[in-house]
Amino acid sequence: MATLWFLIVALMVVAYVVLDGFDLGAGVCHFCVAHSEEERRQVLRAIGPVWDGNEVWLLAAGGTLYFAFPLLYASSFSGFYLPLMMVLWMLMGRGLAVELRSHLDAPVWRAFFDGIFVLASSLLTIFFGAALANVIRGVPLDQSGYFFEPLWTHWRIGAHPGILDWYTVIAGVLAFAALAQHGALYLLTKTQRELNQRARHVAKTLWPVVLLLTLVSLPATIHVQPSVLGNFRAYPVWYFIPVLVFGSLIALFYYLGRAEHDVVRAATHEKCAFVCSCVYLAGMLGGAAVGAYPNVLPARDPQYSLTIYNTATGAHGLQVGLVWWSIGIVLAIGYFVFVYRMFRGKVAVD
Amino acid sequence: MESALLIHRLHFAFTVTFHYLFPQLTMGLAPLIVALKTLALTRKDDRYNQAARFWAKIFGINFVLGVVTGIPMEFQFGTNWSHFSQYAGGVIGQTLAMEGMFAFFLESAFLGLFLYGEKRLSQWGHWGAAVMVFLGAWLSGYFIIATDAWMQHPVGYALGAHGLQLQSFWALVLNPWALWQYAHNMSGAVITGALVMAAVGAFYLLSNQHLEHGRIFVKTGVIAGLICSCLQLFPTGDAQGRMVARHQPVTLAAMEALYTTQQGAALQVIGQPDVENRTIDNPISVPKMLSFLTYKHWNAEVKGLNAFPPQDWPQNIPLLYYSYHIMVGLGTIFIAVLVISAFLLWRGALYRTKPVLWVLLLLFPLPYVANTAGWMTAEIGRQPWLIYGLLRTSEGYSRNVSAGNGMFTLLGFLGMYTLLAILFLFLIRREIEQGPEPEQF
Repeated sequence: MATLWFLIVALMVVAYVVLDGFDLGAGVCHFCVAHSEEERRQVLRAIGPVWDGNEVWLLAAGGTLYFAFPLLYASSFSGFYLPLMMVLWMLMGRGLAVELRSHLDAPVWRAFFDGIFVLASSLLTIFFGAALANVIRGVPLDQSGYFFEPLWTHWRIGAHPGILDWYTVIAGVLAFAALAQHGALYLLTKTQRELNQRARHVAKTLWPVVLLLTLVSLPATIHVQPSVLGNFRAYPVWYFIPVLVFGSLIALFYYLGRAEHDVVRAATHEKCAFVCSCVYLAGMLGGAAVGAYPNVLPARDPQYSLTIYNTATGAHGLQVGLVWWSIGIVLAIGYFVFVYRMFRGKVAVD
Repeated sequence: MESALLIHRLHFAFTVTFHYLFPQLTMGLAPLIVALKTLALTRKDDRYNQAARFWAKIFGINFVLGVVTGIPMEFQFGTNWSHFSQYAGGVIGQTLAMEGMFAFFLESAFLGLFLYGEKRLSQWGHWGAAVMVFLGAWLSGYFIIATDAWMQHPVGYALGAHGLQLQSFWALVLNPWALWQYAHNMSGAVITGALVMAAVGAFYLLSNQHLEHGRIFVKTGVIAGLICSCLQLFPTGDAQGRMVARHQPVTLAAMEALYTTQQGAALQVIGQPDVENRTIDNPISVPKMLSFLTYKHWNAEVKGLNAFPPQDWPQNIPLLYYSYHIMVGLGTIFIAVLVISAFLLWRGALYRTKPVLWVLLLLFPLPYVANTAGWMTAEIGRQPWLIYGLLRTSEGYSRNVSAGNGMFTLLGFLGMYTLLAILFLFLIRREIEQGPEPEQF
């Protein structure tokens, strides 16, 4: 039962990263792809109807984690206190920027909120990458089941790591590049003309960066947390995940090139490239989940690691939860299909 | 240690108080907007549509502020109150997760359609989107109330290996405390929505602009406000009070600053409690009324604070006493003003009775005060418990987060929310200035 909930929470996190990832990424590339006021409005119109719903996946995943694994929620949220509070401030700034920008037709007002939008989106991608890396690397848990990490200590991996060390910084930069590319590909599918061209250019420029950092992150992860290989060695079938990650990256590059040269079917190729990026992100997160299981928060000292077994709530709660969660997820997917159909196609140019 | 506890309490108290300024208006306006849309469709009168559009804009700004100040609330359960979360997450995590799955997804999907999709949808389709947003907002309210009600009156749980575990889902979701608290809270939210609507209407009438819409606002606000302020007193407030008397008798004694157990206890209307000397200065009280209201019997015995060990008393009795009395006092004032306004409305004289319009205009901050005071009564009254009878507040906070780190983020939120408040007032003032009439091109 706890394994099932591990899977559910992991799927919700993947949904969050893939969905909110593209509007965060659109925020990162906002200045690079959209130069005029009209273009910036198009970027915001491309994500406007959906960004709030995408962000709800974070809240829903958080709530699900809270009830299924209360000790994990309590320990990780208080241990990552400072970065999470900053994530909150960024989420707030970003939400305000997207929603309030259009309220006033004044250049300074709009430029201000554009700046907030780009800054908050960029920092969020880095924070999320670093957060995931902290969970992979392990945190200084003790027998109480709690820990507290400052933002940084000595940038090395040891008994007292900070949120930021060389490993988590690499992951932060990788998340920044991968989500920026993801956002650029989303904008590619939603826009036309110069905006479309610039989005493609950004995606193409970022591609080698993402590939390189992905290649670096694999050995780095194995070096920092050798136990991630355990499940892969025990069940080699899981090796399809790294194959999928690199396969999707290569396919992404292929479709980007096709979108540029095969003008007639460009829209289809653009969509394929975006789907490849979704698969890449899901693969990276899926690989991390396979590597961690059944740990949910490894400790630097392995005997104190939090696992699905020592953090899950009682069986009755998990069973009841499955009933309403199933109903809820069907409804949620229904709303998403409805809204995305409602706003399908490229955004209009006025 | 003590200072960290204080910081974490202030952190939650400040962020939740600020947060609730926004949802109380959106939850209150949602049914009023549905009512305006319904009137527009059934009477085929476009003025009601314009009125609905105007309030949808106000709703939209409030909704954004409600969302961005609401996300920190869910986080803080884990960040600042980790021991509480570890202990109770298996139970209240259920209601909080359901809020995300059932209410947030619903709201986020339909709010965009409601605010920007009027041209894409048919008139009834747009009405449907408004209903869905209303449903989402009120569902969200229920899950939060069910969570708080469980902390006030825990039910349906069992003690497990790492903390409490859920034993009965329906006991949690249908907690009798939650049902009455929900009714009382939502009717309070509609009072905020209605009085804000009436105040904007009164402002337009007094400044002699947007007269037709001003009349619609005043009429809708006064009627909805009157109905809900009466519901606030009876049956919801009455039932809530008796629930407190039954399950938290020491809280009732502290709310009324009743130091000694007595038969035929008096109801304090005004007066300043002096806890050290166990008196009330400058009291104005109604003899035997407290006994009657609580137990429907003039000479019933009401337990005073002396019947309970001091370590179980709420720690801040004066603040609790004032919160409760401010809430009840304002509720009484609302009923009085709205009865007079409704009478004048019925006689067709309200729109030209300037003094009453002035009162309606100046009244708008007070429902916010009343709702806040009501929540303070509930939360300060629950002290020293975080989960009544099970976990003390001093045991629930994150011991691994130091006072210094807590202070850092508290100051951050203070600064951020000051900016938000300025931004909010600026945007709302603009909308009110622009008015509900369609823009001229």
